[in-house]
Amino acid sequence: MYKYIVKRLLLMIPTLLGAAIFVFLLLRAVPGDVCETRFAGTGAFVDQEQINLCRADLGIDQPLIIQFFDFIAGYATFDLGNSFWTGQPVVQEIALRFELSLQIAIMATLVAIIIAIPLGTISAIRQNTWIDLVVRLFSIAGIAIPSFWLGIMIILGLLIFSQSVFGDPWMPPIRFKSIFEDPMHNLSQIIWPAVATGYRYSAVATRMTRSALLEVLREDYVRTARAKGLVEKIIIRRHALKNAMLPVVTIIAIEFAFLMGGLVVTEQVFNLNGLGKLFVDSVLQLDFNMTQQLVMLVVLIFLMTNLFVDILYAWLDPRIRYS
Amino acid sequence: MNSVLLRKVVGFGIGAVAAVGLAATASAQTPKKGGILEFVVPGGIPSFDAHRETTYAMVHPTRPFYSLLIRVDPDNPSSPDFVCDLCVGDVPEASGDGTEYVFNLVQGVKFHDGTPLTSADVKASFDKIIFPPEGTPSARKSQFSQVESITTPDANTIVFKLKYPSGAFLPALAAPFNYIYAKKDLDTHGYDWHTNNINGTGAFKFVEYQAGAFVRGERYADYHHAGKPYLDGFRSTISAKLAVSVAAIRGDRAAIEFRGFPPKHRDDLVKALGDKITVQESDWNCVLLATPNQKVKPFDDPRVRQALTLAVDRWGGSNYLSRIAIVKTVGGVAFPNHPLSATKAELEQMRGYWPDLDKSRAEAKRLLADAGQSNLSFVLNNRGVDQPYKIVGTWLLDQWKKVGLDVTQRVQPTAPFYDTLRKKKDFDVSVEFNCQSVVNPLADTTKFRGASSDNYGQYEDAVLEDLFAKMNRSSDKTEQRAIMREYERRAIDEMAHIGVTLWWYKINPHRSYVKGWKISPSHYLNQHLDNVWLDK
Repeated sequence: MYKYIVKRLLLMIPTLLGAAIFVFLLLRAVPGDVCETRFAGTGAFVDQEQINLCRADLGIDQPLIIQFFDFIAGYATFDLGNSFWTGQPVVQEIALRFELSLQIAIMATLVAIIIAIPLGTISAIRQNTWIDLVVRLFSIAGIAIPSFWLGIMIILGLLIFSQSVFGDPWMPPIRFKSIFEDPMHNLSQIIWPAVATGYRYSAVATRMTRSALLEVLREDYVRTARAKGLVEKIIIRRHALKNAMLPVVTIIAIEFAFLMGGLVVTEQVFNLNGLGKLFVDSVLQLDFNMTQQLVMLVVLIFLMTNLFVDILYAWLDPRIRYS
Repeated sequence: MNSVLLRKVVGFGIGAVAAVGLAATASAQTPKKGGILEFVVPGGIPSFDAHRETTYAMVHPTRPFYSLLIRVDPDNPSSPDFVCDLCVGDVPEASGDGTEYVFNLVQGVKFHDGTPLTSADVKASFDKIIFPPEGTPSARKSQFSQVESITTPDANTIVFKLKYPSGAFLPALAAPFNYIYAKKDLDTHGYDWHTNNINGTGAFKFVEYQAGAFVRGERYADYHHAGKPYLDGFRSTISAKLAVSVAAIRGDRAAIEFRGFPPKHRDDLVKALGDKITVQESDWNCVLLATPNQKVKPFDDPRVRQALTLAVDRWGGSNYLSRIAIVKTVGGVAFPNHPLSATKAELEQMRGYWPDLDKSRAEAKRLLADAGQSNLSFVLNNRGVDQPYKIVGTWLLDQWKKVGLDVTQRVQPTAPFYDTLRKKKDFDVSVEFNCQSVVNPLADTTKFRGASSDNYGQYEDAVLEDLFAKMNRSSDKTEQRAIMREYERRAIDEMAHIGVTLWWYKINPHRSYVKGWKISPSHYLNQHLDNVWLDK
């Protein structure tokens, strides 16, 4: 196992390099640059001299090969550079937002697991009953409803409900405070996007749990367990569910990685200053350096998550051995 | 003074009197001290250095930390006149041959770090703006081309010597970006220090900034305007989505958003909150333009450009579009209702503003036929922003269709949109905008000059350049106004270089407990917050 992990970690290097080349070239193919967006985009008079100065300052007037070398050299010197938009160190900008994104990802994952595993299991056990039908409707609705729309509806619902009940409209806070600083403030803000995102996320996992469990329940060893007189509860809990979790774990892990950088619209709906919002702002502002580093971060999160899932497989299914 | 200018000045005066009257009513309430003003800003802060930035998103949260030499009148921000902020008495008039402005500074002003303010600080700040060292960015350097030198005869006096008399000088000086920095900070830390650090003489002291999230300020006890500010502090939260800002005001997470909301959101807030919401509205010093690319045929033909402007029903559009978009006022090159702008009667003399729409469109068709372009089809380049770009763009498509033109709209995100305008220049006609901070019709005219770096029409017009130079060097208001009419006729009527669509209309619904803040014609102005108080 140890050798396998080292091998996988080494294999990440060419993957990251490939991603670096890809994102670098792709960004340069987008028309425009950060300096024009910054100065011309406000409608005020813009002096071409200022734009040229800005380009020189950021180094985007340099040949592509030099820009790429600077980008890659940053990893060797542990200097990821500054945001082209704010001039602040990229590491600082990302670190500021990482806690919020991580908290939402964790909370949304918990919401998803709490909903998906029991519902998926019940749905599989009670296949083709009205319970199964309700769970399937619930989960299909979760897949169909975009989480940002659900977010908007949650905010609107809270405003209308609180005004009709208490007289004054209430909405979640719009400024983030760490859970260690003010837990009540933090939870009253984060719980709503976690529910909105977790619901969609749970819908996929519920469907996956149901179908995986149905498949396992038809396996020979489950039939054998039943034949030897084991109680159904034990069959499900000890023998079926653990094996059915393999694809569910994959889905949950991929979704978790996706949430770390992909909560683009939901973050905007709830005014969350997370990595997703930073991602969108950076792309729209053509902040090449910030976008590159964010892409690399997300790639790294996906690679690490995949490795974690593969290791988890071995624990869930002892027949799997990596050598 | 000619009769038109007299009417405009009297009209402006009546408006000012009305505004002062309203202000007097408001000030009849004694301001209460204390409280934290929460407000939202629909954009992020690129840096704290106003001298290099151009966005209101930086001004709203940082202007309260700084003072200006002169500023718009906080009690009547619609007035074209300015008042002193760091100077004493009234804003001085040019002395002698109209090329020298002498400002005496308020004494006893201190920066937030305790450093006393002297004329050397004001000079160092304006030197950075007007004469920046090589490699130091300054976004408004070109607006001070008339300044020859800045001198400080003593610690409380600063003198601006101009190369020629210019009516554009004071508006440029009053720009809300001209923060006064401490010379000590510039000398000690260099010209980039203010991008990340704040030390001003404004009503509030900087407390905290979280990138992409919020800025917090607290009351500055030694502020030089006695008795102010009223607030204990403010928190400015970045909220990029309009829906979030509206919900934040509705849910009282924020009391105000200073940029402006579309009419629908004003109506929603009033419906939901009744008298807990107060709405302030004003003409807005921003305008959308339809610019033909004169390097592309047939837009090099003035007849085609005239047809484009003749087809547009501005008077009707003002009525319809103002119900759904942040546009309303019909105007020419200069900001409407300014003494230098055209009256309705004057506008109606120009193509595209005729009161008889049928006559306009018949003339448009005739001109197109003359130019052999009756079946002209082209692409309108537009920016991927709803308010008001896409709405006005779609309206233009409909207007042009009525004279037989076949137009499609290409909507692009901001970066590719400006790449098209500034680098590729591969468009037929493009929507674009002109948005100045201080109401300064001379600055409004810049956009129409072919030589200007933010003119995207790709034309040269020596007549316009000559008129601009004359107007810029004239300090006589009547003469300026006469030249402005000539300029306007040349730019948007005779040559129809650029089509002016509708001027924006600013709508600020805010919590009724916010008092003292008065809407101005620009979302950049009156953001020092020293006169704001909370009636809670």
